[in-house]
Amino acid sequence: MDRLDKEKMPKAANALRRNFLRTVGIGAACAGTWVSKTLPAASSPQEAPIPNIPGYDWRKHKWAFGVDATRCIGCLRCVEACKAENGVTRDAHHFRTWVERYVYLKGDDHAHVDSQSEPGNIAASGSEQAFRFDNRYQDAPVEKAFFVPKLCNHCTHPACVQVCPTGATYQTRDGVVLIDHSYCIGCQYCVQACPYGAREFNHTMGVTDKCTWCYHRITKGLQPACVEVCPVEARVFGDRNDPESPISQFIKNNRVSVLKPHTGNAPNVFYVGIDKEVS
Amino acid sequence: MIGTLANAAPYVGYVYPNETDIPWSVLIVIYPYITGLVAGAFIVSSLYHVFGMNQFKPVARFALLTAVSFMFFVPMPLLFHLGNPQRAFNAVLTPHWTSAMSAFSYVAGFYVCLLLLEIWFAFRADIVALSKAKSGLQGRIYRLLSLGSDDVSPASLAIDHRFATALAIIGIPAAGGLHGYVGFLFGSVKAREWWSSDLMPIIFLLSAIVSGIGLLVVLYVAYSKKRKVPASEQALMGLAKTLWAFLLVVLLIEGLELLEMFYKRLEGIDTVERLIEGPIRYGMVLQWGCSIGVLGLLTVLIVSKARGRTLVAGMTVSGIAMMIGVVAMRWNVVIGGQELSKTSKGLLIYYPEILGHEGLLAVAFIFLCPFVVLWLITRFLSPWEVEAGKEVSP
Ligand code: SF4
Ligand code: SF4
Repeated sequence: MDRLDKEKMPKAANALRRNFLRTVGIGAACAGTWVSKTLPAASSPQEAPIPNIPGYDWRKHKWAFGVDATRCIGCLRCVEACKAENGVTRDAHHFRTWVERYVYLKGDDHAHVDSQSEPGNIAASGSEQAFRFDNRYQDAPVEKAFFVPKLCNHCTHPACVQVCPTGATYQTRDGVVLIDHSYCIGCQYCVQACPYGAREFNHTMGVTDKCTWCYHRITKGLQPACVEVCPVEARVFGDRNDPESPISQFIKNNRVSVLKPHTGNAPNVFYVGIDKEVS
Repeated sequence: MIGTLANAAPYVGYVYPNETDIPWSVLIVIYPYITGLVAGAFIVSSLYHVFGMNQFKPVARFALLTAVSFMFFVPMPLLFHLGNPQRAFNAVLTPHWTSAMSAFSYVAGFYVCLLLLEIWFAFRADIVALSKAKSGLQGRIYRLLSLGSDDVSPASLAIDHRFATALAIIGIPAAGGLHGYVGFLFGSVKAREWWSSDLMPIIFLLSAIVSGIGLLVVLYVAYSKKRKVPASEQALMGLAKTLWAFLLVVLLIEGLELLEMFYKRLEGIDTVERLIEGPIRYGMVLQWGCSIGVLGLLTVLIVSKARGRTLVAGMTVSGIAMMIGVVAMRWNVVIGGQELSKTSKGLLIYYPEILGHEGLLAVAFIFLCPFVVLWLITRFLSPWEVEAGKEVSP
């Protein structure tokens, strides 16, 4: 049994369905019929109904994520934890989060880049279901090297939400981008539209999947699984509405950047310690 | 859940791990291809119905039937591709209007209705005649199709003609919209460097028209052979000139677009060059080779005022080459765009599967369907001008 469908997520489609009914209602009202009166007086189009999560009010939070690439040691516990926590397909082609390795050898202008799913690294770990970076640079003249954890940026202007034809992909009030797996038709337009390669397709369920910042955990006051397991605090998560939260402090005390700012997506994952080659 | 992807794409350089599972298969190559054939065939019928270009009279009604036969199958590749096809109606019931894709069912539905209406007006006189001539089940079907309107007086036929013309006039922007829209589906994806171009809609539209004319030429020649009637030289020469003009414009725009891309040399251009030299090499050769070859051949046919068998043979070759060239172009765009990694640091290589619901066999099956349907429709409603020496209203 897959974990994906067990997650208790607010259903975007309900909000959309109501808006659709409302549109129909307005049309009908214009025609002078009684229909509009019998329809539920839905909230304004922007104002989606508040999901019923006990003890949680999504109007009170604004989540964000930080990555300190200077700290990451490439241990890949985050990738392991994410796959386990979220039931992500266990192979080298489906990840909600992954880690990239950037290596500059002496005299090189460009970095050599790979991730845990590169064949050499799979050979080192022994299987597609375990994660390890191999030692290929052990004897190489390395000038500069660093790791960059990647995940969905939960963009302020998410291209994936813009292109979703059904509204199955949607943005929550607290700044998280989610997918309603019971409503997704599996067209993968959103997979095309995400500039960051953050989306993957679950072939068993025929739906698209991606990082949710562990919405089922953060709405209970817990940290996302990857943040929880990171041994060096390279991953930071918190509420921007709270100036004392780890993420607010992270953004305040560092010169942060985001990935591919030219796309206009306005990511909410903030990076420290990446260089020009990282995109 | 443990999974190993059977058809994961091999790659060079660095690509995001999730990119190795290519989202849009060869099914999405034939989706814009089939739509394009519709647009092209329709434009030819409009040249007669709207612009009164009489040389197209012999193929005008056949073009309409061709357009509708292919239009019926436009949604098929999309449905085959969905992970949850049984939910396809979600996009109709709760369309999320910021998505270009959400309008698909409405755009396509509108266009099918328009085509059916126009066909009805163009064929009503025939339907009435057939409903009187045939008896039994066939007669009853024709009577049903006439929708109870059996007045074939000259005044009434004139009204039919006016309606058909009006619908054809609406049909031109609709056909343009339908295919420009398909171009927008790709051109608006800013994450894909190879797609994200303002010229995409217009390139898609123009190449659609040339492929549709190509299809029409091939079908018209084949049908003429089968009916043992010589293909109209006037019609073929008209098609040659139309094809020549549209092809010239599409080649110019595509050429200029490439020129600008290589002249500006924005970030990532090296990878684009490697894409063209690598995974889509053969596609590019086919696309450009066929297009330039056809342009040359058509120029010769037109300048030499070719006639008879030379014209028929030359146009058949042009038609087939045009259809191949445009299918290659669709491949280069749809597949090429996904082979170019979003990292700008790597390339993927897509190999289509043979079997399976996204495989080449499925594609061949889907592409065969409209030909079968067209054959059935033409058996039922003959689009040809002269049947047994009797003039049939256009
Ligand atoms: S990173 Fe991609 S999947 Fe995540 S919100 Fe942004 S566009 Fe959507
Ligand atoms: S695959 Fe993506 S775009 Fe398509 S319906 Fe599902 S969430 Fe929306």
